[in-house]
Amino acid sequence: MDFSAIRLELVAALIALGLLVFGLLTPRGKREVIGYIAAAAFLGLLALSFLAPGGGGSFQGGLYLDDPLSLFFKRLFITAAFLVSLMSLRFAKSLEESRSEFFSLLGFSLVGMMMLASANDFVSLYIGLELMSLPLVILTAYDRTSGKSTEAGTKYILLSAISSAVLLFGLSLLFGATGSFSYSDTLKALGSVADDPLVVIGSIMVVAGFAFKISAVPFHMWSPDIYEGAPAPVAAFLAVGSKAAGFAALIRLLLFALPASSGDFPLLILSLSVLSMVVGNLIALPQTNMKRLLAYSSIAHAGYILLGLVAASTAGVAAMLYYLVLYLFANVGIFAALSAFGEAGGSSEISSLKGMWKRSPFMAASLLVCLLSLAGIPPAAGFIGKFYLLAEVARQGKLWLAALALVMSVVSISYYISVIRVIVMEKAEDESRIRVSLANKAILAVSVLVTLGMGVFPAPITEWTRAIAGSIVR
Amino acid sequence: MESHAWIPSLGVSFTLGLDGLSLLFVILTALMGAAAVLASWKSLGRKVALFHAALALVMAGIYGVFLSVDLFLFAFMWELMLIPMYFLVDVWGGPGRHKASVKFFLFSQAGGILMFVAVVALYVLHGRATGVYSFDYRVLLGTAFDPAAGMLLMLGFFAAFAVKLPVFPLHAWLPDTYTEAPIGGSVLLAALLSKTAGYGMIRFLLPLFPDAVRAFAPIAVWLGVAGIVYGGFMAFAQKDLKRLVSYTSVSHLGFVLVGIFTLTAQGLDGAVIQMLSHGLGTGALFVLVGWLEERSGTRDLDRLGGLWSMAPRLGAFGLVLTLGLVGLPGLGNFIGEFLVLSGSFHAYLAATIVAGFGLVVAMVYALRMFQLSFHGSPSGALAVRDLDAPQVLLLGVLVAALVYLGLFPQEVLKLLAALGASLGLTPGVMP
Repeated sequence: MDFSAIRLELVAALIALGLLVFGLLTPRGKREVIGYIAAAAFLGLLALSFLAPGGGGSFQGGLYLDDPLSLFFKRLFITAAFLVSLMSLRFAKSLEESRSEFFSLLGFSLVGMMMLASANDFVSLYIGLELMSLPLVILTAYDRTSGKSTEAGTKYILLSAISSAVLLFGLSLLFGATGSFSYSDTLKALGSVADDPLVVIGSIMVVAGFAFKISAVPFHMWSPDIYEGAPAPVAAFLAVGSKAAGFAALIRLLLFALPASSGDFPLLILSLSVLSMVVGNLIALPQTNMKRLLAYSSIAHAGYILLGLVAASTAGVAAMLYYLVLYLFANVGIFAALSAFGEAGGSSEISSLKGMWKRSPFMAASLLVCLLSLAGIPPAAGFIGKFYLLAEVARQGKLWLAALALVMSVVSISYYISVIRVIVMEKAEDESRIRVSLANKAILAVSVLVTLGMGVFPAPITEWTRAIAGSIVR
Repeated sequence: MESHAWIPSLGVSFTLGLDGLSLLFVILTALMGAAAVLASWKSLGRKVALFHAALALVMAGIYGVFLSVDLFLFAFMWELMLIPMYFLVDVWGGPGRHKASVKFFLFSQAGGILMFVAVVALYVLHGRATGVYSFDYRVLLGTAFDPAAGMLLMLGFFAAFAVKLPVFPLHAWLPDTYTEAPIGGSVLLAALLSKTAGYGMIRFLLPLFPDAVRAFAPIAVWLGVAGIVYGGFMAFAQKDLKRLVSYTSVSHLGFVLVGIFTLTAQGLDGAVIQMLSHGLGTGALFVLVGWLEERSGTRDLDRLGGLWSMAPRLGAFGLVLTLGLVGLPGLGNFIGEFLVLSGSFHAYLAATIVAGFGLVVAMVYALRMFQLSFHGSPSGALAVRDLDAPQVLLLGVLVAALVYLGLFPQEVLKLLAALGASLGLTPGVMP
């Protein structure tokens, strides 16, 4: 058998297993070294994905695809895992026990995401989904001293199980109608039975399952509670990794398996997108907790990114990919700052960020750039990203949709700005300086550099994402 | 002309160009930017580094607006100005700064969005018609629209410019924001930000949508006239010195709108000179008022008075700048207003007469302002230090520039001469 198509997944799984074993072999007092090893291993994996990009191809007769799109997403996930493990160093150190498992679980979840990006068959799709979600549930509940964390873990596993059940039921309906699990066979078979109620209901259920993962309205209810309860690094991984994986699966599903451009599908995706933009942004307005605010903003961003699937064109998919990259770095930057702030004893209430500008100018400036990027204000990358999505939707004649997204993004500016105002203007009660660890400083620096770089020199990544989108969208 | 590929796949380029019109405004930006920095030298007190960082960002945006040839870049720069400006008002402003900054932000952002939609729509329409997708101004020039679409796009651009200039019914943010902004902030707002709007109209609105502009011109001229008269009357009624100066801006910028939309070469020349002299004169006046407030602790005209005897140098500059507001020959405003009115005379006789009446109102409010603050005697105890040498130098340079503009407008007009022709505007009456 030719394993070259799954080489990255194999290495990632080996890393995860190796971390487990290594954790057992290291004496108790020295286990904090595992975090560094994990980060180094993920960085090595990222390097491997560039050194040996692979020539495409598939595994097990099309069960699993290794194409530019999946490679793009895998790099995204590995980057997220690397940054999140760096971010978790302090958190893991503060744990009484089970330090090594934390990073190992991160690795397993990463393997699941990578599988989702490559899945070309409903079976591998489902396995990938579960492999990604179950470790995330444990990670969410990892902070055993905090009731909120445990609560979040419980909520997540319940809701995640329900969404999996819906997805599975939908898949079984589709299987009943087409008799196949493979994407390409499904697409062929659907040509003749597209109006079959089985197919319609089944497809809606499948899309709903993934709408849960990307936290699109009305499947978004879980995210605020879980972002709030989960440890900051885990919330970051949920916000960027799990969401990007959901989009990876959706892109492939809607372009290759389910007839995205026929029937009522466009309307379905369109309404998910519009609802997410409107509800996410409006509910974010009155939030007083930073993590909850980020959860609602991530819901709104799911809506923006879905615009690319509404367009369902090369430029649309390219815009989604571009947006996911900038979204990753902006969110990782914000969560890294929050996590550093938490380590210094701060809470995630927005009001506790007061006087950040005095207490740690570097952290405050990084937060500022990342928030402005999410708000879509130049010269941060968010402006370019939103422009790509909106321009493509507008080019296809849906000017009202672009205008709605613009109006919603103005609404979003008001809550991002209110956070910035607290950071920059208000006086802190406690004026002591915040010490930011070197790892967090590095994450912040990378996030800011990428965010500004993508905003000022958008061309390289644009060309890259367009080439990828061009290679898969026909 | 400087051009680099920026996002080639979407036809976006980083293209900057400098012609006579841009040059004038770039010089104004450099001068007033320096003035904004120098004027707020002592008065900040807190977060000084941050203030100058925000100020520099606004300046970068303003330069970008004056130089962009690519419409995407133009919109990018337009947005770039907004957020740091918001913070300049919100962080360093007066007691009512929060409300003022939010008002400013909402108005500007609403206008900016309409313009951005219009830019993208223009790009799409042009791309569909010709197959060439580009944001380059030179490529988009001469795009043909059906009249309804052209009018909508034109209004999209006009909305953004009308907020920033401001045009009469959209000026509601201006008095609050100008008044509450810190010295440096009001100088930027009054001297430069409003000019980006006038520049945008001349550079983009007129050439891109000639037909729609021609149809819209009478409305715009009357809006301008309404601004002139309304601003004048409101200025007359103010007790707060800074607010008074803010309303005079509404009035003076009304002339700019009239000048541009007369669609004559004279009107256009007049609008540009009016913008330059408003930038210099009102910018300097805001500096002066800011300093006065620092010294006396009040801007209330009832409490001020007798400043001339206490601070003769301050008084002298106050007199010159007040005369500039009135439109005294020898200062730039006179040339600007005269050219605008002579440009509008043929096509809009009634509007010209009403606007001329605005000049009389200007005389009244300017003299009232001068009398209440510099003559008479203060109602309470008032001790005001006179200007020191660097401050005299700063105001001196600005006033000298204003005088130069009034005495040698020909130099400016020469730089502009090519422009009117390229826009297809004939002197005198429009066909």
